Amino acid sequence: MEVLKIATAGSVDDGKSTLIGRLLYETNSLTQDKLDAIWKSSKSKGYDYPDLSLATDGLVAEREQGITIDVAHIYFSTENRRYIVADSPGHVEYTRNMITGTSTSQASIVLIDASKGVKEQTARHLFINKTLGIQQLIFAVNKMDLISYNEDVFLKICAEIKNLLLTQGIKSTHSFIIPVSALYGEAIAHPSEQMAWYSGPTLLKAMESLSTSDPAANNKARFTVQSVIRPEASKTYDFRGYAGRLNGGNLQKGDHLTILPGLQSATISDIHFFNQSYDKIQSGTSCTLLLDKDVDISRGSVLVRTDDVPELSRQINATLCWLDSNQLQVNRKYYLQQGTKTVQAKVKSVDAVYGIDFRPEASNTDQLELNEVAEVQIALSDPIINEDFTQHRSTGRFVLIDAITNNTVGLGLIRN
Amino acid sequence: MLNKTLVQNPLESEGIYIIREVAAQFNNPVLLFSGGKDSITLVHLARKAFAPGRIPFPLLHIDTGHNFKETITFRDALVEKYNLELIVRHVQDNIDRGDVIEEKGKYASRNGLQTQTLLDAIEEFKFDACIGGARRDEEKARAKERIFSVRDDFGQWNEKKQRPELFDLLNGRIHLGENVRVFPISNWTELDVWNYIEQENIELPSLYFAHWRDTFERDGLIWTADDSIVYRETDETITKRHVRFRTIGDMSCTAAVESSASNIQEVIQEIAESGISERGARIDDKRSEAAMELRKQQGYF
Ligand SMILES: Nc1nc2c(ncn2[C@@H]2O[C@H](COP(=O)(O)OP(=O)(O)OP(=O)(O)O)[C@@H](O)[C@H]2O)c(=O)[nH]1
Repeated sequence: MEVLKIATAGSVDDGKSTLIGRLLYETNSLTQDKLDAIWKSSKSKGYDYPDLSLATDGLVAEREQGITIDVAHIYFSTENRRYIVADSPGHVEYTRNMITGTSTSQASIVLIDASKGVKEQTARHLFINKTLGIQQLIFAVNKMDLISYNEDVFLKICAEIKNLLLTQGIKSTHSFIIPVSALYGEAIAHPSEQMAWYSGPTLLKAMESLSTSDPAANNKARFTVQSVIRPEASKTYDFRGYAGRLNGGNLQKGDHLTILPGLQSATISDIHFFNQSYDKIQSGTSCTLLLDKDVDISRGSVLVRTDDVPELSRQINATLCWLDSNQLQVNRKYYLQQGTKTVQAKVKSVDAVYGIDFRPEASNTDQLELNEVAEVQIALSDPIINEDFTQHRSTGRFVLIDAITNNTVGLGLIRN
Repeated sequence: MLNKTLVQNPLESEGIYIIREVAAQFNNPVLLFSGGKDSITLVHLARKAFAPGRIPFPLLHIDTGHNFKETITFRDALVEKYNLELIVRHVQDNIDRGDVIEEKGKYASRNGLQTQTLLDAIEEFKFDACIGGARRDEEKARAKERIFSVRDDFGQWNEKKQRPELFDLLNGRIHLGENVRVFPISNWTELDVWNYIEQENIELPSLYFAHWRDTFERDGLIWTADDSIVYRETDETITKRHVRFRTIGDMSCTAAVESSASNIQEVIQEIAESGISERGARIDDKRSEAAMELRKQQGYF
């Protein structure tokens, strides 16, 4: 069955967790014991309705404070497809967790509280979606019950959303704006009687119409080597294979490859997987490649077709999202991980920082704070593939790791 | 003609990718093997990841002494068949040393005591990565966990300070003494595991299929009657029932379900129709709303 990975976004308390709980409830995905547990804690809080946000707020601190701190991954399915939902926190302080949830998703549901309208967090989350290349967006204007399901208020919020899309220059491939009430289940899985004026799809229907295809499938073939498999030599059998995963495109036996970064060439002599031999692989496949000659290949090498060799560089430009409470320091040493390759890196300059309205503002700062996003120039100890994120979703991205704390401190998208 | 395309289940591809990352990024990884279907699935994925080579890390079984005998028989046969390396550490040893105190009474279980034995084994062998079969759909605290989940010197999970984990970029850098718990099947649901077991024809312990067993009933759940391990009140009478297990932990905390499913297809059918989640039959989660989170903070899987 097809799988759609979808994240939630929106300001704190806009109702993300409640909405996901409602989707689980409406699709009969909550088993009886889970429903019982939700009822039990709802009653202990004095509610006379099931607090469906409890289906996803899994940490003690979250339940105590009634907010989401970290992403929860939730699984449910309909007759047509399976969903993996990354229920993300709305609070500014936990934006890095929201980025974590969004990075692995193919689409987002952006919630807006109908009684409050578009907020700065809405704009921030939209900007993050844009930066991460998420093109399928559903805006759910929630808590319509609080404004008596008023169409005029909804239309006003639609205008605010369209304005936001325009300012940020977002052209999404699919986008919907849907008035809902997560609390009462209006326009979630069934058309709303309260909002007879709304003739568009319900939230679930909109979700069912999104594309589940791998956005990287059309990218060019990049085979990322994780390790070399060389079993203890036996007399009859000499095996040397390159274990890794194909990101983008496809490869087949006989293809002429160039090995990056060394630029040697070789031909695929066999595609091996669990003691069987294959002719062809597609994007997303984990397997082991055998080549016609011994070349210098190790972890971090990338195998590409000889007629399609991307540029290598020790200087890159990138959009950098800073994710750590310790500031980014220009010229300090970090590790940069691209695929399975790790090199040393220094940010040489911060050229622009995304400020109010999330537009780039020229800058010459030498620091970045938690959750700031900037255009930067980076110098590297060794060359990496310099491929724009919009051209290649897999090689075009990297993380920065602090050499002292070992934390993942930055997310970069290459701009070339 | 070049026409044999390798078509891979995306969950399998992701699981293999993660297991290979562990082998490449850590000096001394280990696979936590419980004898349950999830860890059996992990062993299968690891075999596929490194074939035709051997799995480059050992299996670690924390034996509570309360295992079903079928689990141990199965474990030993698996190790033998695939030429795996197995390390076993016993909760009983910690009890004998007085590091932990055995629970008493009606709901006594050794499940919580395993944590100490596990932490000791990690220290003894200096393991820096422990691969586990936990899935995010199992339980709400697990739904929050990263694929590479860093644990401090005391094995603790700091749930409020998890590292960002972006795309498929897994950061396994740690300080000396820390370790990472790795969950390659994080994104699988219970049904995904069963479907995969069917697709791959993976062997399972007989406990997973319906069989006759001496049992007694308590709190609406069915327990194995084995007085040497599971405490039983005198009025809890023994009845032979046709049952299977949906998850396998200790005998003292894993309840059976009545069933007539004698093969994988029938098990899948029954699961799809049941209105109860898998961990509904695990008494260890029922102790409190936050039972799993608290155990994780202390160093549990
Ligand atoms: N009236 C009304 N209240 C709602 C609706 N949806 C959610 N709420 C309430 O809004 C509050 C916040 O809901 P949550 O689902 O916890 O919000 P959230 O967006 O997940 O919050 P964070 O994850 O912490 O950002 C709760 O008190 C909900 O009961 C709705 O449709 N109508």
